[in-house]
Amino acid sequence: MSALRILVPIKRVLDYAIKPRIAASGKAIDLTGQKMSLNPFDELSIEASVRLREEHKTRIEDILAFSAGPQKSQDALRTAMAMGADRGLLVDTATTELEPLAVAKILKRVVEKEKSNLVILGKQSIDDDAGQTGQMLAGLLGWGQATQAADIKLEGDTVTVVKEVDGGTETVKGKLPMVVTTDLRLNEPRYASLPNIMKAKKKKLEQIPLKDYGEGLEGRLEVLQLVEPPPRQGGGKVADVSGMISKLKELGAL
Amino acid sequence: MNPSNVLRNVARATRRPSVAAVPRQRLLATGLRLSGWRTVTTTSEVADKPGAAPAKKEVKFTADSYPNIQRGSQFSKLTAEDIAYFESICPIVSTEKGATQDDLESFNTDWMRKYRGQTTLVVKPKTTEDVSNILKYCNERKLAVVPQGGNTGLVGGSVPVFDEIVINMSAMNNVRSFDAVSGILTCDAGVILENADSYLRERGFIFPLDLGAKGSCHVGGNVATNAGGLRLLRYGSLHGTVLGVEAVLPDGTILDDLSLLRKNNTGYDLKQLFIGSEGTIGIITAISIVCPQRPKSQNVALLLVESFEKVQETFVKTKEQLSEILSAFEMMDINSQRLVRQVTGKSHPLKGEAPFYVLIETSGSNAEHDDEKVGALLQNLMEDEIILDGTMAESEAQVRELWTWREGVPEALGHWGGVYKYDVSIPLSELYLLVEDVRAKMSSLGLLSTPENPDNVVVDVVGYGHMGDSNLHLNIPVRGFDKRVEKALEPFVYEWIQKRRGSISAEHGLGVAKSEFVGYSRGPTELAVMQRIKNMFDPNEIMNPYKYIKA
Ligand SMILES: Cc1cc2nc3c(=O)[nH]c(=O)nc-3n(C[C@H](O)[C@H](O)[C@H](O)COP(=O)(O)OP(=O)(O)OC[C@H]3O[C@@H](n4cnc5c(N)ncnc54)[C@H](O)[C@@H]3O)c2cc1C
Repeated sequence: MSALRILVPIKRVLDYAIKPRIAASGKAIDLTGQKMSLNPFDELSIEASVRLREEHKTRIEDILAFSAGPQKSQDALRTAMAMGADRGLLVDTATTELEPLAVAKILKRVVEKEKSNLVILGKQSIDDDAGQTGQMLAGLLGWGQATQAADIKLEGDTVTVVKEVDGGTETVKGKLPMVVTTDLRLNEPRYASLPNIMKAKKKKLEQIPLKDYGEGLEGRLEVLQLVEPPPRQGGGKVADVSGMISKLKELGAL
Repeated sequence: MNPSNVLRNVARATRRPSVAAVPRQRLLATGLRLSGWRTVTTTSEVADKPGAAPAKKEVKFTADSYPNIQRGSQFSKLTAEDIAYFESICPIVSTEKGATQDDLESFNTDWMRKYRGQTTLVVKPKTTEDVSNILKYCNERKLAVVPQGGNTGLVGGSVPVFDEIVINMSAMNNVRSFDAVSGILTCDAGVILENADSYLRERGFIFPLDLGAKGSCHVGGNVATNAGGLRLLRYGSLHGTVLGVEAVLPDGTILDDLSLLRKNNTGYDLKQLFIGSEGTIGIITAISIVCPQRPKSQNVALLLVESFEKVQETFVKTKEQLSEILSAFEMMDINSQRLVRQVTGKSHPLKGEAPFYVLIETSGSNAEHDDEKVGALLQNLMEDEIILDGTMAESEAQVRELWTWREGVPEALGHWGGVYKYDVSIPLSELYLLVEDVRAKMSSLGLLSTPENPDNVVVDVVGYGHMGDSNLHLNIPVRGFDKRVEKALEPFVYEWIQKRRGSISAEHGLGVAKSEFVGYSRGPTELAVMQRIKNMFDPNEIMNPYKYIKA
């Protein structure tokens, strides 16, 4: 039975309760002065890894929270460490926007260097909604993958994952090493307690510049424009039931 | 990053059938808003317990629970002609016009389901002129009226006692103007507080008042009750922020004091009389109010504290270290937190338990500056062992979730069928002692539920409130209103407060509930002057009779 070295990739994004506004360029979201927080799916990944530690104790050798992003991503890593990750690793991308394949390539190298054998990451990040990183990483590593996890069980070297699929669930089983992507029903992430927030400040947070990850990370797509969803049509009021019926008929619904 | 995708993801996140799958959503609050504050869908252990009656019981008529209040003999009874006249002015709901008692129920019964009137007519004016015509007519015909906003008042002031006509302000709900330079908002009285705040949010401003009932209460109702709420500590009372009021006097006169000036020392400040007048001297039809810039950065922390002494120490330290960015300091006792947990079925953000919980909010303009200050404060509080534990919201969703553990308290308490509510102001050092004394009293009388007697009428004795304003909410949730409990509470609570020169009604007002006890906080000369004011405005006493200051 191998010891577990878990890698949890996370991302700092525009807070999901905040309505995104398009920047003047028309090609990006205006993030200046906006509340940023952890991608909600990533909270679930961290929680899942911490619960594995709570269940399997010393078998979990290491939980490494990783982020590729600007300096500010340290906040997200500190949050992850306050929730229970052991250390943090930041690949400082400064202003470079990475496409999912580039992130997957970086992650592959981190996995190799850190000897990770379980990667738990969100099924998507709510900013660009690509939903590709986990799958690409599994492909690059040649590992098994279970996406959209609603439950993760570890027995020996076998990982059993209940997956969210349209209209129900699908249960799959695989051997370590493995990539698992997390979905909303997986767990209810904990609040970091103050003592843990304070402890997290003292945990190790390593920084590596993007250039150390070599070639082949450049983007292949160019954003042409961003368009807001069409504003919702205001509802109408009807006076009574017969008014409603005639309105429905008018709209061809009856 | 595509905004439609972000929205879609959230939609996807929330579309899931299982409630538990939506982490940290403000489920309680949205439930409240959608349901008009009555039916909350909850997973509840309590509801299944024997003896825990669901809050569906028929509400007793106020006229029956207060047999000493008699219908004013000077008041006329509604005739068909009256109704025809009102119908010519604006939309009405009337039994004469086919409305059932059920249709009138929501206008007759208050939010707590404690007070219930017997009106057969609700009028819904759309303009100030409509209000003027209605009042002029009522004044001439001596028809008593009740001005009604969102009907979230907690003292029975917003519903009739007998057959008073309900003048419901919900159809007057337009913003009239907003000046982005001065931050002055002018709007109709019937605008829902949350809508006013959303309107301001889009423009980078904030309504200077916030309270748990924001999804239903009207800004006119807020002004009429001089509501205090969660951020009084920061933005001050409505007496300072409200710049002007447009009101209709009982004789139909339209008083246009809709000033847009912060300074105006030209004669008596008439609008002040309307702030907190609870619909007894006229109907507020519009207000102007100065609104601050919406804070760019907000932090919320929830703390666990072992004694009320330590809560006070926390308060001192917090003021010291956060100073200008502190926007709320709320205290909740352990009983309140247990009841919210029980009723909502949610798990508490803090793992351990302790007698007191404190919620701190900061509002500032520079996240880094604020984070640093809050971080340092929390560290000091931990290191000095003033608090036992705590947590800090890391995202907007967590900010909202932490707030539900304060804002969700009143709703949760209503779960068992009834609540005796006291909203009092007491010097800070003795603030919580009142809760302990009342609890001891209920216990010694054998009324309090215990593990051995889980079905005793008093579910619990709970204290929470706006610590920053020395304002305590003493709440006694019960399985049904009960004379023995009332006898134990009154005048005990009032005398207790009088002894400490506190206020028997800090922010909820008098209505029916506190009207007869006003003497505990006000002297005879004060009351006599108030009576003269009332007579001057409303000689026929048609405005919200049987409440507030009585002759
Ligand atoms: C969950 C909850 C939390 C609350 N929290 C707080 C709090 O933190 N702080 C606080 O101060 N209060 C609080 N309250 C009580 C508070 O007084 C009301 O919520 C609110 O201010 C009343 O507004 P409304 O529109 O519902 O008025 P109503 O309940 O409809 O009316 C209240 C009184 O004002 C009069 N009135 C209403 N509209 C007008 C008008 N246009 N002109 C003249 N008179 C009028 C009515 O006749 C009545 O006497 C809370 C209530 C609830 C249910």
